[in-house]
Amino acid sequence: MSGRDAAPESYERGGWGTYLLLALFTAVSVFPLLWTAVAASRTSGRLAQSPPPFRFGRNLPRNLSVAWSEGGMGEALANTAVVAGSVAVGTVLFSTLAGFAFARLRFRLRGPLLLLVGATMLVPPQLGVVPLYLLVARLGWTDQLQAVVLPSLVSAFGVFYMRQHLRGALPPELLEAARMDGAGTGRVVWHLVLPAARPAMAVLGMLSFVAAWNDFFWPVLALTQTGNPTVQVALTGLGRGYVPDTSVVMAGALLGTLPLLVVLALFGRQIVGGVMRGAVKG
Amino acid sequence: MAEEVVERVLAPVVPAGRGRRERRERLGRLRSRSAPYVLVAPFFVLFAAFGLFPLVATAWTSLFRVELTAPEAREWVGAHNYARLLTDEFFWNALANTVLIGVLATVPQLLLALGVAHLLDARLRGRLFFRVAALAPYATSVAAATLVFALFYGRDQGMVNWAIGLVGLDPVDWQNGPWASKFAVASIVIWRWTGYNALIYLAAMQTIPHELYEAAALDGAGRWRRFRHVTLPGLRPALAFTGLVSTIGAVQLFGEPLLFSSGAGASGGADHQYQTLGLYLYEQGWVNLHLGRAAAIAWAMLLLLVVVFGLVRLARGRGAR
Repeated sequence: MSGRDAAPESYERGGWGTYLLLALFTAVSVFPLLWTAVAASRTSGRLAQSPPPFRFGRNLPRNLSVAWSEGGMGEALANTAVVAGSVAVGTVLFSTLAGFAFARLRFRLRGPLLLLVGATMLVPPQLGVVPLYLLVARLGWTDQLQAVVLPSLVSAFGVFYMRQHLRGALPPELLEAARMDGAGTGRVVWHLVLPAARPAMAVLGMLSFVAAWNDFFWPVLALTQTGNPTVQVALTGLGRGYVPDTSVVMAGALLGTLPLLVVLALFGRQIVGGVMRGAVKG
Repeated sequence: MAEEVVERVLAPVVPAGRGRRERRERLGRLRSRSAPYVLVAPFFVLFAAFGLFPLVATAWTSLFRVELTAPEAREWVGAHNYARLLTDEFFWNALANTVLIGVLATVPQLLLALGVAHLLDARLRGRLFFRVAALAPYATSVAAATLVFALFYGRDQGMVNWAIGLVGLDPVDWQNGPWASKFAVASIVIWRWTGYNALIYLAAMQTIPHELYEAAALDGAGRWRRFRHVTLPGLRPALAFTGLVSTIGAVQLFGEPLLFSSGAGASGGADHQYQTLGLYLYEQGWVNLHLGRAAAIAWAMLLLLVVVFGLVRLARGRGAR
């Protein structure tokens, strides 16, 4: 997504060996997902036999429906949509505002605060789960979706990502001109920052959505199978025998993964670009 | 430089004036001075409450005996939770497992990603397809991936044992073998993250000017030497970044060992053979309800990270000399 994509004639053409190896890698990447669908269309009895099935069976509708109702996947999907949607919107909003301040405004605590954000990228949030749990319990939020939404809004990556983007996309001259015209901070943010940030906001939104959808450790602690489970909590329940039927467990895994695969198919180009751009600045 | 210009412009110029105009301008200056803080406030309020506070409070909590069911009735025990860990065989087991599975997962993952990135760094038809497909495992959750892999690794009916049976090898007990189970758990991590890391390396490879390769080729450098002397140096920041992120991930490994076997729960296998520190934290805190001990384990995990980063720095310093 950088210079050399624009001028492809300057580098090597992939030979058949390259295609072969890439096809192999792609097959390995996709096979477990395909087989999840195969397993979800069989019976647990068939899944307990060797050799394993490789073709689709007839039980997909039945397994999906059991996973949806008894397995709690229907409710879990709705909950996760709320969680991942809120996290994406909130992260994008807060990261954009903070990223703009760090990119283009000068204030006394800028250096120390930026350092603080950077340091949190090195310290895993998992290390804080015990007091976080006590805090959430005291607020009466166990089994409530806000218990998993609010901590996820703290994205140091998001702040750096937006800061980096706005340093490139928001020329100082533009801000200068706006100030000359007497625009206050609110109007600058609304009319200059948000339009300039839009492409990066979209990418950050998608990456945050995927991360929140798949977030595992904290939701498993804060939510329970019978409370307000997210997809990952419900799948954990299924995997630990909540519904003792392997093909139903696979149907649940399929239901929980499908929405993100659709997102990936629709916005693949942007997500690939986001992963690649997020990394260059490391 | 440009920044200085902006700052000067953003702080409104206050001409010598009087009355309402002066007041308004003073108000404007005040607003503009506090504006940056207003902009960063939403992030930092949440950060303080749900990021910084829990981290700092972990140290404090680890000095108490706290039951999950009655967190208000806590009792000061000083360093007892830490002293207990030092003589706890399950803690040392979990520490060793975390390190072993971490190495088994991280090293092949990053090497494979390097290879895949090299393949992707060519003129390809269907370039976008290969890149998006490489992210399919990244879009798959830990839970969904682990549940499928657990079936693949089943002893009697699993696809892996069926496949190695085809080439005449004996079946492996992937759930119970001390090494086999660690390898199996690590393979889930490798599957999920190789493509993601490959794209990161690819991005870095594409910033290397092509002239460097041409110059190296003119000097008679073959493929391998060009990779070694042009590509690898250009990848250093990306290598450092992925190394950092995968190490942090490896120290926190939790979902894969939790769900790898449906019966094992938080014990990490019948013999704790793949119980990681993350899983042990969960078992102590949320199964045995000892939150103080769980907090002490969290600090041990932080210490492990510090030690690993320290060793890396030391090795890098040696290498540079």
